[in-house]
Amino acid sequence: MNKWIKISLLFTLLFYSLAGMTQKQRFPKPEFGTGYHQPTPITPEPRALALEYTDVFVLLVVLSLASWLAVRKRSRKWMVWLSLFTLLYFGFYRDGCICSIGSIQNVALTIFDPGYAISVSTLLFFLLPLLFTLYFGRTFCAGACSLGAIQDLIIIKPLSLPEWLRKTLGLIPYLYLTIAVLFAATGTDFIICRYDPFVGIFRMDAAFHMIVLGIAFLLMGMFVARPYCRFLCPYGVLLSWMSKFSKWHLTISPAACIQCKLCSDSCPFDAIDLPTDEKQVKHRIWGVNRFLVYLLLIPIWVLSLGFAGSKAHTWISKANPKVYLAELLISKPEVHNDEKNLDVQAFLSSGKSMEILVNEATIIRHKFYIGCWLAGGFMGFVIGMSLLNQVIFRTKSDYEPDKSNCYSCARCISYCPVKK
Amino acid sequence: MNNSRRDFIRKGTRLSLLITLGAVGGITARNLTAEKYVWQIDPFKCTQCGRCATSCVMTPSAVKCIHAFDLCGYCDLCGGYLKPDPNKLSTAAENQLCPTAAIQRKYIEEPYFEYVINRDLCIGCAKCVKGCTSFGNGSLHLQIIHNICLNCNECSIARLCPSEAISRVKASNAYKVKGSFTKEG
Repeated sequence: MNKWIKISLLFTLLFYSLAGMTQKQRFPKPEFGTGYHQPTPITPEPRALALEYTDVFVLLVVLSLASWLAVRKRSRKWMVWLSLFTLLYFGFYRDGCICSIGSIQNVALTIFDPGYAISVSTLLFFLLPLLFTLYFGRTFCAGACSLGAIQDLIIIKPLSLPEWLRKTLGLIPYLYLTIAVLFAATGTDFIICRYDPFVGIFRMDAAFHMIVLGIAFLLMGMFVARPYCRFLCPYGVLLSWMSKFSKWHLTISPAACIQCKLCSDSCPFDAIDLPTDEKQVKHRIWGVNRFLVYLLLIPIWVLSLGFAGSKAHTWISKANPKVYLAELLISKPEVHNDEKNLDVQAFLSSGKSMEILVNEATIIRHKFYIGCWLAGGFMGFVIGMSLLNQVIFRTKSDYEPDKSNCYSCARCISYCPVKK
Repeated sequence: MNNSRRDFIRKGTRLSLLITLGAVGGITARNLTAEKYVWQIDPFKCTQCGRCATSCVMTPSAVKCIHAFDLCGYCDLCGGYLKPDPNKLSTAAENQLCPTAAIQRKYIEEPYFEYVINRDLCIGCAKCVKGCTSFGNGSLHLQIIHNICLNCNECSIARLCPSEAISRVKASNAYKVKGSFTKEG
C-alpha cells in the first residue's frame, strides 16, 4: 500500500512535469516474461449500409402496394395484411426507427445547418411518401406507416367526434410541426422522436412516462380512431397538403354514387364528406360577408401571433441546453459551487470560457427570435386559413372522401353496394 | 366551365407542390451523404458523469466500458477495479468498484493483472472509467457498442451529455478506442 502511494506520487509528479507532453502514461505497459497474449477490444460493426437501402426499397414496395390496393384493387382485406407487415417490419423489426415522421427534423436541420450531413435513405424516407401522396392520396398512412398501422389495427368502436372538436384538435399537428421544425432547425432537440408514443412499444423498452403515454394512446385509439394520426402527427400536415391535390385518390364508389348513405358511418375518422345540405345554402349570402372578414383577418392573425411568438422567444429558447446553461450560470452564480449540477461542473472543468458559451447562446437565441416570428406567423396563417375554410363553400352532390383527411384505409369501399 | 377551372387550379397546385418537393430535395442535396453515420463517444471529452447508464433508450445501456489494453498498466492496485481504500487487493465483492461485477481480474505474472470487461454485465455507469482515469492510465473508457445501439435519430444520451462528448461519426470508422484514437485538437 505504502509502496503504491510512493509510486503513484512519483508518477503524479512526473505526470505534471510532463504536462506539456500529453498522453504520457502513468504506469507504463509491462513487458511480460511469460507468453501473455494481449486481447483486443471487441468492436462490433454497425448495421450495414446496404440494409439501410433495403429499408428504402421495402418502403417503396409497400407504398406502391398500398397505392395499388387503395386505388386499383380496392381491397380492405389486403390493406390490413399490408399494414400488419409494416407494423412488423418498420415497427417491431426496425424498432420504429427509421420513420418518415421523424425525418422532417433531419431535413429541417440540414437546411438550416450546412454542417449536418443527411443520408440518402433519410431524405428518401422524407420525400417518397409525400410524392406518392401527391398522386395517390395518403396511402402511406394506410399501409406504410408503422405508427398508423398499430393504431389502425386496434380500432374497436370508433366514436364520431363533432366537427368543431375535430377542427380545433386538428390545429395541434400544425403547432407540433412548427415547434418540431423550430427546435430541429436551431439544433435544440428532436421532439418528434422523443415524444413518439409508440416507439417504446415497438422496442418493448422505454422510460416509464413514455410507456404510460403509449398505452394511453392505444386505449384511447380503441374509441377515438387513430388519435396520433389525426391530432398530433406533424408529417400528416404535409401529407394532407399533398393529398388534397392528389391526382388519383381513392373513391368510395367505383362508379356513380347512388346516394344510399351506407358508407356514411363506415369511416372511423369522420373523413367522408356528405352531400350538401340544402339548409346550409340559405346562409350563403351572409357567408360572403364572413368570407371577406375572415380574409382581412388573416394578416392580423399572422402579425399578432408572429409578434406573440417573438415575445415568447426568450422563454422558448431555454429548451436549448446551451442557452439554458448560459442563463443559469449568469442568473444564479451560486450554481458554480453546486457539486451535484453535472452540467455546470462539466462546463467548468472543460476549460471553455464563459464568453464563448454566452456568445454561442446569443447566436442560438437570435435564431430563436427569427424562428419564433416565423413560427407564430405560420400558426396565425393556419388559424386564419382554417377559419376561412369554414365559410368556403362547395356544393357536393355525392358522398366523397375528404381528401386531406382520408387515410385511404379502404374501409368505406366494402360498404358501397356499387361494385362495378 | 366551372369544372375545368377547378381542374386547372388543382393541376397547377399539384405542379407547384411537386416543384416545392424538388426544391427541398435540391437544397438538402448540398449536405447529402452516401455514408452512414452512427453515434460515438469521444473518450477524451467524457467526464464520466454516469448519464450513459441512465439515459439510453436501451436497458441496459448500449454504452459499455471498453478496455484499451495497449494503454493498461496491468496494475495490482487498479483504480478502475478496486474501490478506494480496499481491504485487500483481491477479487472480493466488497472491494470491487463495479456495481455489477463486470470486470474480471486475472493474474498473469507477478505483479501484473489483466482486467477484462464482461460486456453482458456492463451497464455503462463509468465508475471504473472514473477510477482508471483519475488514478491510472485511463485505459478503461466508454464506447457505444454498435450491435446494441439502435442508432436513434437523435441519441438520447447525446442530448443530456454535459461534456458534449457524443457526436455522429462515419460508420466506416465507428469506434474511438483510445490508443488508435488520440485526442482531437
